[in-house]
Amino acid sequence: MATISHDDTSVVLIIGSGAGGGTLAHELTRRGIKVVLLEAGARQSIASFSQVPGEAFMQLTWLEPRTTSGSWSVKEDYAALPSWTCKTVGGTTVHWTGATPRARPWEVVNRTTYGKVDGASMIDWPIPYSELLRYYEIAEKRMVVARRNGNPGIPASSHFKVFYNGAKRIGYKQVHTNYMAINTRPADGRAMCMQQGFCVQGCKVGAKWSTLYTEIPRAEATGNLDLRIESRAVRIEHGADGLATGVVYRDAQGREQRQKARIVCVAANSVETSRLLLLSESAKYPQGLANSNDQVGRHYSHHTGGFVFGAFEQPIHFWRGATLAGVVEDETRHDPARGFAGGYHLELAALDLPSIATAGFPQTLWGRDLGYMMDRYSAMAGIFINGEDLPRASNRITLNPNVKDQFGLPVANIHVDDHPNNAAMRAHAQKQAKALLEAAGATRVVMTRQTPATHNMCANRMSADPREGVLNAHGQTHDIRNLFVSDGSAMSTSSSANPTLTIVALALRQAQYIEQQMRTRAI
Amino acid sequence: MNTDMDRRHFIRGTGMLTGTVLAGSALALLAPSRTWAVDLGTLSTTEGAALMAVAGTIAPHDTLAEAAYALTVKAIDAECARDAPTLAMLREGLAQLGTEFATATEATRVRVLTAMESSPFFKFLRYQTLSNLYASPLAYDHFGYEGESFSKGGYLQRGFNDLRWLPDVPLADSGPVFTGATR
Repeated sequence: MATISHDDTSVVLIIGSGAGGGTLAHELTRRGIKVVLLEAGARQSIASFSQVPGEAFMQLTWLEPRTTSGSWSVKEDYAALPSWTCKTVGGTTVHWTGATPRARPWEVVNRTTYGKVDGASMIDWPIPYSELLRYYEIAEKRMVVARRNGNPGIPASSHFKVFYNGAKRIGYKQVHTNYMAINTRPADGRAMCMQQGFCVQGCKVGAKWSTLYTEIPRAEATGNLDLRIESRAVRIEHGADGLATGVVYRDAQGREQRQKARIVCVAANSVETSRLLLLSESAKYPQGLANSNDQVGRHYSHHTGGFVFGAFEQPIHFWRGATLAGVVEDETRHDPARGFAGGYHLELAALDLPSIATAGFPQTLWGRDLGYMMDRYSAMAGIFINGEDLPRASNRITLNPNVKDQFGLPVANIHVDDHPNNAAMRAHAQKQAKALLEAAGATRVVMTRQTPATHNMCANRMSADPREGVLNAHGQTHDIRNLFVSDGSAMSTSSSANPTLTIVALALRQAQYIEQQMRTRAI
Repeated sequence: MNTDMDRRHFIRGTGMLTGTVLAGSALALLAPSRTWAVDLGTLSTTEGAALMAVAGTIAPHDTLAEAAYALTVKAIDAECARDAPTLAMLREGLAQLGTEFATATEATRVRVLTAMESSPFFKFLRYQTLSNLYASPLAYDHFGYEGESFSKGGYLQRGFNDLRWLPDVPLADSGPVFTGATR
């Protein structure tokens, strides 16, 4: 671990240590580039993770205020927590479930494939799928993904047996224990999965890939990383030439600090990345940084999602086993005959006791109907719907001047009016998930509306045309050549895939580009 | 000044919820005596009793220890102590429930709460009830949840795949349990 001077103008400064920022930090430092990595949260470890439901959530979650508006149901159901992200070293790779599907080839050219859809703002990715695939393959090796590169799949849990049999009985063909960045045997200096259950609490044996105990310590070992925890970026500064010069942040004691940099990469997850770009407004950039085309924060996508849980008559014990180790891939296809564009994954899902009641079941469930479901907690199976969200220019992260954080800065507002395509897709997915559970023997099935987004994407998207997005094909802002975005907000469309693998693939690719740009003195 | 503080403390009314431990329950094994008592710092005994009835209507489990509901009410009491607007909202809602609510039949209580389903009062109490009631170790025991598993080596060797009432999954769609043999 290096100690880098605040005045060192040669460094790359990365904001956020999750899938994008943590991976980028490792990739740059191992190439000999000095990196300052700012992380707003504290540093936990596999020893400090809590397996007490509720405690883990409080330990890892970004709990500072955000607001939400628009017609989406989250405004009604989860106004206090419209997005569920992490504030800890490792970011959301600490609480993620390890699911690593790839975006489908047609999903990265969905504007071309789906054609014009009213009220949607789709674009094709500025990266050909063949190239994305190349980086997917590198990322899958790096993360030791089960079912890829000869790695065995996750063993079937009791919960998966229910899911599998139900899926097969209703005719699904592509059903397996999912592509998972979870070790099924010791690998990468990490232990194998012991089927502890509730991966969102953080993996206490480190079998699940997380930048917390893979990329970040490896970056530290190069001697080129200065990780500063509990350090909150509040403003990106620029010079008279318009280029970024560094970042103002608040340290653990709340003191203002200033770090100079040659390059700034923002990887703070879609909501906070957009907020930081907007907070950095100046006389030269009155609309915020990288926002000359009024695109920062737009096209915010969250995945069409929700839970479906079924109560059974015989025991399942769904808390025993890797949480998301199960998937139906059949519905990821684009088939307009189903009444909507794009597709979705059905994924195995279990929730802890308080969470299933507060977030896994519909907000309208109480009384004897709730009692019936909860009394069958030991005999329950669950499904998480994860479908493509069609982007809309008006779905946007903005600043809310009426609500301030502890530093007196406006918080982020998440505005979403779901595209009608989402409702059609959700209805189809709920019908299929219910049929699956009933085919396996469920006596009663309940389902939620949209749950708070853990997948926050596309708000600063890559676009060939600068008028349609914030970034070029390398995550470099169209406006400022030494300012990059390195998280899920760079994705041009959401696809139906859980986003972490794609974020890591893009970070690997971006690191190569940054290194080349620095070497050739283009930046 | 002091008198005023004392008076304020007095009118805040500290309530108490009491009950008897069910023989053979998890609590019976832990509790030092057959009775339990939960102190309330802000709410009165009457308010506590009404909240016990609300929690029992929102999340009815006939054999779940009453003490689990009392601890839920204690958590709600703590929320009220932290936030004055919450206390005011709660008291307004309790007034609407009426004085008979705590002793009314379940059908009546359901009818009263159904009419208030979209109110902040009901939403607050639904969330508080579910997030506290089901987080207690008493609930773990009642619902069969086995708690933290790391110290016991997870479930790999403790039944993660012991379901026998459905056919097994082909290895091609899942994977083998690694037993230590090399590749």
